Amino acid sequence: MAHRIDIARTIPDNRAKTLVSNLQNQGFKVSGAEIVDSYTIDADLDGGDMRRIADSLTNPVFQEGRVDDSFKPRFDYAVEIGFLPGVTDNIGNTVREGMEDSLKRNFDGQIVYSSRVLFLSGDLTREDAQRVANGLANPLIQRINVLDYREFVNSRGFGSKVPRVRISEKPSADLIDILNADDHELQRIGKQGIANPDGTRRGPLALDLTYMGTIRDYFARQGRNPSDVELESIAQTWSEHCRHTIFADPIDDIESGLFKHFIRRATDEIRRAKGNEDFCVSVFRDNSGAIAFGDYLITDKVETHNSPSALDPFGGSATGIVGVKRDAMGFGLGAKPILFRYGFCFGNPDDERPLFKGENKTQKMLSPRRIMNGVIEGVNAGGNQSGVATPQGFVYFDDKYRGKPLVFVGVVGLIPREVNGRKLYEKRAMPGDYIVMAGGRVGKDGIHGATFSSEAIDSGSPATAVQIADPITQKKMNDAIVKEARDLKLFTSITDNGAGGLSCSVAEMAKESGGFFVDLNKVPLKYPGLQPWETWVSESQERMTLSVPKDKWDEFSGLMQRRGVEATVIGEFTDSGKCLVNYDGKNVMDLDINFLHDGLPKRRMTTKPFVKRHAEPNFSELEDLTLTLHSMLGRRNIASFGFISRQYDHEVQGNSVLKPLQGRGLVNADATVAKPLPHSNKGIVLSHGINPRYSEIDTYNMAAAAIDTAVRNAVSAGADFNRIALLDNFCWCSPDDPERLGQLKSAALACYDTAVAYGTPFISGKDSMFNDFKGFDENGKPIKISVPPTLLVSSLGIIDDVRKAVSLDAKIPGDVVYLIGENDEEMGGSEYFAMVGEQQKGEAFIGNLAPRVETGRNRRAYESFSRAIERELISSAQSVHRGGLGIALAKTAMGGMLGLDVSLQGIKGLATREDYQLYSETSGRILVTVNPANAGDFEETMKGSSVSRLGTVRTDDKFIVKGMDGKRIIGTSVNTLLHSYKSTFRGY
Amino acid sequence: MKPKTLVLAAYGINCDEETKFAFERAGAEAELVHVNDLIDGHKKLSDYQILAFPGGFSYGDDTGAGKALANRIENHLREGVRDFISKEGLVIGICNGFQVMTNLGLLPGIEGNYGERKVALIDNDSSRFDCRWVDLEFNPRSPWTQRLKRMSLPIAHGEGKFYTDSETLRKLHERKLVAATYVSGEICQSELLPANPNGSLDDIACLIDESGRILGLMPHPERAVDFTQLPNWTLLKEQYRRSGREIPNEGPGIKIFRNGVNYFS
Repeated sequence: MAHRIDIARTIPDNRAKTLVSNLQNQGFKVSGAEIVDSYTIDADLDGGDMRRIADSLTNPVFQEGRVDDSFKPRFDYAVEIGFLPGVTDNIGNTVREGMEDSLKRNFDGQIVYSSRVLFLSGDLTREDAQRVANGLANPLIQRINVLDYREFVNSRGFGSKVPRVRISEKPSADLIDILNADDHELQRIGKQGIANPDGTRRGPLALDLTYMGTIRDYFARQGRNPSDVELESIAQTWSEHCRHTIFADPIDDIESGLFKHFIRRATDEIRRAKGNEDFCVSVFRDNSGAIAFGDYLITDKVETHNSPSALDPFGGSATGIVGVKRDAMGFGLGAKPILFRYGFCFGNPDDERPLFKGENKTQKMLSPRRIMNGVIEGVNAGGNQSGVATPQGFVYFDDKYRGKPLVFVGVVGLIPREVNGRKLYEKRAMPGDYIVMAGGRVGKDGIHGATFSSEAIDSGSPATAVQIADPITQKKMNDAIVKEARDLKLFTSITDNGAGGLSCSVAEMAKESGGFFVDLNKVPLKYPGLQPWETWVSESQERMTLSVPKDKWDEFSGLMQRRGVEATVIGEFTDSGKCLVNYDGKNVMDLDINFLHDGLPKRRMTTKPFVKRHAEPNFSELEDLTLTLHSMLGRRNIASFGFISRQYDHEVQGNSVLKPLQGRGLVNADATVAKPLPHSNKGIVLSHGINPRYSEIDTYNMAAAAIDTAVRNAVSAGADFNRIALLDNFCWCSPDDPERLGQLKSAALACYDTAVAYGTPFISGKDSMFNDFKGFDENGKPIKISVPPTLLVSSLGIIDDVRKAVSLDAKIPGDVVYLIGENDEEMGGSEYFAMVGEQQKGEAFIGNLAPRVETGRNRRAYESFSRAIERELISSAQSVHRGGLGIALAKTAMGGMLGLDVSLQGIKGLATREDYQLYSETSGRILVTVNPANAGDFEETMKGSSVSRLGTVRTDDKFIVKGMDGKRIIGTSVNTLLHSYKSTFRGY
Repeated sequence: MKPKTLVLAAYGINCDEETKFAFERAGAEAELVHVNDLIDGHKKLSDYQILAFPGGFSYGDDTGAGKALANRIENHLREGVRDFISKEGLVIGICNGFQVMTNLGLLPGIEGNYGERKVALIDNDSSRFDCRWVDLEFNPRSPWTQRLKRMSLPIAHGEGKFYTDSETLRKLHERKLVAATYVSGEICQSELLPANPNGSLDDIACLIDESGRILGLMPHPERAVDFTQLPNWTLLKEQYRRSGREIPNEGPGIKIFRNGVNYFS
C-alpha cells in the first residue's frame, strides 16, 4: 500500500507570501495561501519506518511532518501539482536515496513521487482555482488535481494514488515495409513517423523523400526491409540537428557548402597566417572547440535549446544548460566545466495575444511572459546546482520571437594539455573496448528531440521531446570522470549522450574504431516496457558514453560504484565496419557504418538575393534630448537585467574577476573576465555580439556587426586582440525559402570577410534552422511567425594578467573622457529608430542604412587599444553598440555613480544631427576614461586611429552633454539615469 | 605545524576546490575527501585537525537545503563527528555547509547539546537565489574570527534567511554565539544595497558554538581570497596607484582561513 507524507510550515512562509502577491497581481481574489510538500511513497513500510522517513524530511525548527494524515488548514480550494507518470522526479529520487540510507534497504526503480499542494483562500471559483493551477503547472509534464474544501474533507485529502508508468505492450522490434511503399507513404513515414498498429504515428523522422528513397534503395540492395530500430537510427544520425545539412550541402555554385567554404576556410586561413602565433588547438571536430592557455586548454561551446524551451520553458532551458555542460565533459578525455554562458531572445513580455498549435483554438501556446519566466528560472536551477559560474549573458526582445524563443546556453571548460605524456585533447575508442553508458537511466522522456528540432513547431510536435534535467546526478558523474577516472587513464574515449541518445553517441565514437556491437537488453531502464527503438534513441539526460579497455573495467567500475554513478557495459567497439544491435537475442540493427555516416545524399540548394527597401524614416530631431536619453535607457533591449545576473551564481569556483554587474551602479557589462587557475594571473575574457534587427536590412552587415561587437567588447575589457576566438550560432527560419537561404549565404560571407580581416578564428559553432511557429492566432486564423535571422557570435579572449583588466565604470573625478572611433550616421536598424517609430507610428522604424564594419580602420584601433591596456593607461572602457554613444556615456557615468561633462563639438565622423550623434550604432567605437596624467601617453599610443576628446568626469552626479554648437542638450543627474535604467524590469 | 584539513566532498557540493585552495593559501595541508570514503572507512576523520563543510547544493537541496547530506552524516558518521569536536578540532561550514551544520545540530550546540536542531536557514524573503556582496561585522571571540572587525564578502544562496524561536535567539545573544551580522558598510553604501540580503532575524549571518571552535557562515570567504575577486578592485586599483600605494594581492576572506590555521601554531 502506498503512503503519503505531508510537510507543512509552522511559521509564516515566504513562498506562500510571494505566491499570493503574484496571484493578486494577476487579478485573482486570493487572500491567503499555504504550501505543503507531499511525498507519495509506493512501498510496503510500517508506521515506524514511515515516521522515521517523515522525521528525516522535517526540520522541527520551522516544519511539521504528517504520515497518511492530511493537513486541513482553512481554505476554499486545494490544488495539487505533481509530475506525470514517467517524468523524471529529482526530489522523489533524492528521498528514495535517503530512505535507502536510513532504512538500510534497497528499493528498485521509482517509489517516491513528489507533489506540492497549495491551499488557497479567497473569493474564488473552481475555474479560478483551475486557472491558478494552469498558470503554475505545465500540462506536458505535470498533473493537476483541484478539490474544494468539502470534497477535500470527504475524500480525506488527495490520497496516495501512484502515478506509476504502466506499459502493457510487449517490447519488440518491428519490420517496416518500405520496399513496397509508394512515394506518398515514404513521405508520410518521413514527416509523421512510423505507423503504430492503431494507425497513429510515432512522431517525425524528419526525413524527406530524397532521403527516404536513398534508404529504400539501400535496403533493396540488402534484399530486406529495415527494422524500426534501423530507420529511427538513420533518422537521428541524418537529422538536420545532427548533420547540419543546410550548412554542409552544395548551395548555388558553392560545392563544398557554406560551412566549409566560409566558416572553416576562414579559420584555416587565419591559422596559417598566424603561423607560430596560432593559438587554436582543436577546432570543429570535438564537442567543444579549444584554444591554448599555457599548459592548459580552454574549451568553449554554445548550443541552442529553442524548441523544447517553447513547450516547457523551465525544463527546456534547465536541460539546455545542464546538457551543454556535457560538451565540456565530452571534449577530449573530459574538460572541467568552469563557466556558463546564456542568451535569451523573447517576445514582448506584455504581449497577451494567444497563439494556438491546433485548429479551432486548441493546444494553446505559453505566453511570452511565461516563457521568459520559465526559461530564466530553468537556467537558474540547472546552472546554480551544477556548480559552474554563470557570468556572461544577455536578453533581447523582439515581437518576432513570440512564436518561438531562442535559448542559447554555453559552457567554457579547462583541461590540461597533457598528463604523463598523454594528450588529453585527443581520444580514440579502440576495437575491443567496452561500450559503457554512465550516469542516468533511459526512459521515454526525450524521444525524437533531434528530429523534432529539425522541424517547425506545429500541432504534431511531440510532448515526449521534453526532458527534465538532473544537475546533481550529472555533477556526481562529472566529478568521478573528470576529477578521477580521466587522470587514472581508465577510458580511451568519451562523448555526450545528447541529440539522438545512444544511437548517435555510440555511432559517433564507432567512427574512431570502425564499428560496434550493442545489446539493448543491457541498457538500464527507468521502468520496464520501452520499445527497443525507444531505448536506442531516447535522449534521457545526464548520460555519457565511454570506451573502456577491458583490462581497466574492474577499476573503472569500482570507482563509479564508490561515487554512486551507475555505469554499465552495453556492448563493444569493433573494427568490423558494421553497426550491430541486438534485442532479446535477435539482431535488430545491421547497418554498414559507411552508409550510416556517409550515405545521406547531398541536396543542392539555390538562393535568391534578399532585397528589401524600407520606408526611410522622416522625422525632425526630438526636442527634449534629456527625456529621450531616459526613454532609451528604459528600453527592454538596453535596460538593466540585473535581476537575472544576480539570480545566477557568477562567483562559484572563485574564478570571478570582472563580474556581470560592474561599478557602484551595478551596470550590466558586455564582457566578463575570469581567472581559471588559482595559482596564475592568466585569465579569459568572454563576450558576445547579436544584432537581429539589422537582418531586416541585410544580413551581411548584421553578421559583421555581431562579430565586431563580440571582438570589441572583449578588447574593451582587456583581451589581447591577437588572441580572440569566436563561436557562431546561426538561428534561422524557413530554410526552404530561397530568400532566407540568400540571407544565410550573405551572413556566412560576412563571417568569412570579418573574421579573416580581424584574424579571429571560429573554433566551434552550431546552427538551428527551423525557428518557425506554424499555428493559429487569437481568431483561429492560420499564422506563421518566424524569428528574424539571428546570429549570435560569442568571443573568447585571453588576458595574460587579469590585474590589467578594465571595467566599465568611470572611476576618478577629473579623468578625461575619450571616444575611440568615428560617429557616422548609420541609423538603420538602430534602437533609436525603433523607439521613435513606436512613439510616432506605433511600429519600429527600420531605415535602410545599417552600420557597416570597416575592418581595416577598426583593426588598427583595436591593436593600439590592446597596447594601451597592456600599458595600464585606461581607467574605464565601454564599447559603443546598441543605443550608441548616448547609452555608453550613461553606462560609464552610472557605473561610477559620477557625473560627466562632455561635448559633441569636434567629435570625428560624418553624423550631422545631434540625436544621430548620440544614437547611431556605428561600429568600431570604444568610450574610455583616462587619468589626465596618462592622457599624453594614451593619445600617443592611439596614434593612427580616430580619437575624440569629449570632456571630463565630474566630482558630483550631474550628467551634462553639450551639442555641436556648445549649448547644453542633456542635463540630468546620474541618480535619475539609474532610475530609468533599472525601472523596466522592477518586479520581475 | 601545518594543520591537516579535511574538505568534505559529496554529491552536489561544489565549492570544495576553492575551499581547499583557500586553506592551502592560508598555510594548511588540505585534502578533498568524499563523504563515501569516510563512511566506508577509506579515510578517518581523526587524522585531521580541521573539518570543512563547503558550499554547494548537496543532493540538490531537494528536500530542504542541507537536509539530505545531514541525514547521511547523522546515519553513518555521528560518532566520528562528535569525537572530532570533543578533541579540539576546528570546524567550519560555508553556505550549504552551514545549512548542513544547522540540520546536524552542530550549531548552535547550546550547552553542548550538539545534535539538537534549534536554528534554520530558510527561503530568502525575496524567494529567489541572490548572488551579491554583503558587509559583515564580526564577533572576535572565536579562533576563526579573532581580530576580525568589518569585512565584505560575497553571498550566493536562495535559502539563507536565519530563523529561530525567540528563546533561542535570546540565548544566542546572551552567550555571544552570533559570529557576524549583516551591516551597512563599504559595499552596501557604494552599491546602494540593503544591508540584510535575505530577511535574517537580527541580521544574523554567521554563528559559532560555545567553544568558538565551530563556525558557520552564509557568506563565502573562499571567494574573496584574491584582490581581483573584490567587486570594486578596479576602482581600488586606480585609487591606490594614484596615491602611490602598493596594490594588494589578497582579499579579506583569507583572514578567516589564516585564523583557523594559526590556531594550531
